[in-house]
Amino acid sequence: MNLIKRREFTLFVLIIIQILLITLRAPRFLSILNFNDILDDTAILFMVAIGQFMVILTAGIDLSVASGLALTGMSVALLNQYHPGIPVLMILLLSIIIGFLLGSFNGLLVSYGNIPPIITTLGTMSIYRGLVFVLSKGAWVSAHEMTETFRSFTRIKIFGLSLILIISLIVIILFSIFLYYTRTGREIYGVGGNTTAAQYVGINLKKIKYLVFGLCGAICGLSGFLWVARYASAQNDTAIGFELQTVAACVIGGASIAGGSGSILGVVLGALFLGILKNALPVINVSPFWQMLIQGFIILVAIIINTIMNQRSQQLIIRRREL
Amino acid sequence: MDWLIRWETILFSMFVLVIIINSNISPYFLDYINIMNSTFNFMEKAIIALPVIFVIISGDIDISLASIIALCSVFMGLASTFGVETWGLVLIGCLTGIGAGFLNGMIITRFNIPAIAVTIGSMSLFRGIAYVVLGDKAFTQYPSSFAFFGQGYIGHTRIPFQLVLFIIFTVIFAIILHSTTLGRKIYAIGNNPTAARFSGIPVHNIRLLVFTLTGFCSGIASILLTSRIGSTRPNIADGWELEIITTVVLGGVAITGGKGNILGVIISIFLLGFLRFGMGLVNVPGKVMNIFSGTLLIIAILLPEFIRNIRESISLKREKSQGEV
Repeated sequence: MNLIKRREFTLFVLIIIQILLITLRAPRFLSILNFNDILDDTAILFMVAIGQFMVILTAGIDLSVASGLALTGMSVALLNQYHPGIPVLMILLLSIIIGFLLGSFNGLLVSYGNIPPIITTLGTMSIYRGLVFVLSKGAWVSAHEMTETFRSFTRIKIFGLSLILIISLIVIILFSIFLYYTRTGREIYGVGGNTTAAQYVGINLKKIKYLVFGLCGAICGLSGFLWVARYASAQNDTAIGFELQTVAACVIGGASIAGGSGSILGVVLGALFLGILKNALPVINVSPFWQMLIQGFIILVAIIINTIMNQRSQQLIIRRREL
Repeated sequence: MDWLIRWETILFSMFVLVIIINSNISPYFLDYINIMNSTFNFMEKAIIALPVIFVIISGDIDISLASIIALCSVFMGLASTFGVETWGLVLIGCLTGIGAGFLNGMIITRFNIPAIAVTIGSMSLFRGIAYVVLGDKAFTQYPSSFAFFGQGYIGHTRIPFQLVLFIIFTVIFAIILHSTTLGRKIYAIGNNPTAARFSGIPVHNIRLLVFTLTGFCSGIASILLTSRIGSTRPNIADGWELEIITTVVLGGVAITGGKGNILGVIISIFLLGFLRFGMGLVNVPGKVMNIFSGTLLIIAILLPEFIRNIRESISLKREKSQGEV
């Protein structure tokens, strides 16, 4: 009974229905090979959505994820172009560090500069995107300018799974452990759930807010490298508009923009829902231009449903108290 | 002495500085015709900045406004291909804007959802509609009389129609904000929505009105912009939400709500407008200008707090020294 009531279960059923509907129109959609492709394609969204989710948990939002991703991606691609000797694992590590620094900058402004997250990241979104342009001087880094190991990194297969998916799974598992089983993780939930209470309990608000932006940035950095390597090109408008997809994945997954609620499983399912949608549109002969509209519509509907559900559960709590 | 450290004074000195630098870069900058024509570049944004002052003072935010411009522009373009006359296009532009703003306001106030969340969704929805209608194409067929709004001058003078429209709007908005009860209510909502509600202010309806007004002005801006560039692409006005919010915040409107005035924003509009124009004179690419806008937005919020801290520490010291005497 409890299972059926949960958001994740509803979402799971929704995804099954979604797949069935698509398959009715295009039977070839339902194959293991195709599904593997969709998972590979959504791997980056899984990760960045988790980063976004942690920020949203603290009642913040990070609009700079896509720009941070693009800036890191461009940096490592240029590094690879001009210093092909640097091993790929080193580049991977470096991308995490660059991303963390970019995220930390957001975190510093939010926690120590007292600027609301939406304004901070609206600003850094343009700053980072502009820096991509400055760094690349407007040019792309194309496949032939990258080393073979750099390009093929995400396609390495281990037990039939591509490396990009495996890295994504590792990120999902690591952050699940972090959010559910460590003290800091629980503090992140606490900050968004009830900021005043969290402060009285002795949680360092500034530290937590700084941390979530830093971690989100680190994930974006890693994703930037994976994105550039997977698509074998670093462009000025890499991942443009991607921040909206990550927010959409979170709210579809049941995360409340007001903070403090939602689960990693929900967010991953939300991302999967979007990933399937994105891959299904061309298969069922719908122009990809529809994606943005559908996404916006889904965000609005999901937010409204979340709010109504929250209000209901609050009324339930009040009613129980009266009993 | 107090006016010396007022935000508007600081802004105005920066404005004078920009004028001096610009006229040093180019001897033609201070030319009357050039100054008048340079306003074409930022009047559309300026007209949206006015209602956004209301939005931010009442403690909300609207990041869907650039998408509303795209939506209005696409509907006007669509109507134009069906042979709708100029007055019809203007009507469609305004109504689309009002509708989009009203939708934002309804979802925000009726379901009690933070404006950030709703306008992120509608930002994607409105621009999504523009992409669905246009795809990779563009509307370029507009009646020739439609060009007046974005390119025309008043009579035989060199004063652009846009500038005059902006001045009229500014006067109306300044009167509403500073000398009507509605204006005082908007400040009250921004300072403390709960207290405002208990004082009998229809908080939800006023917020709804403010969002509808933003939609309406976005519609007007869309008419001006579409008329000026004579074409509609789905990515029209991309990134304007950042520039407009930057303008308003730099004008001294507190992002936390309840504080700010029209005068500061007016100075900020011309400061940023001429700054961008000057950067254009020395061939700074648009994307690099965006780095500048973003940095300015952050500094504009950090600086007042920094100044306040210094002031407080000075007055603390004074109290201390007085206490010792």
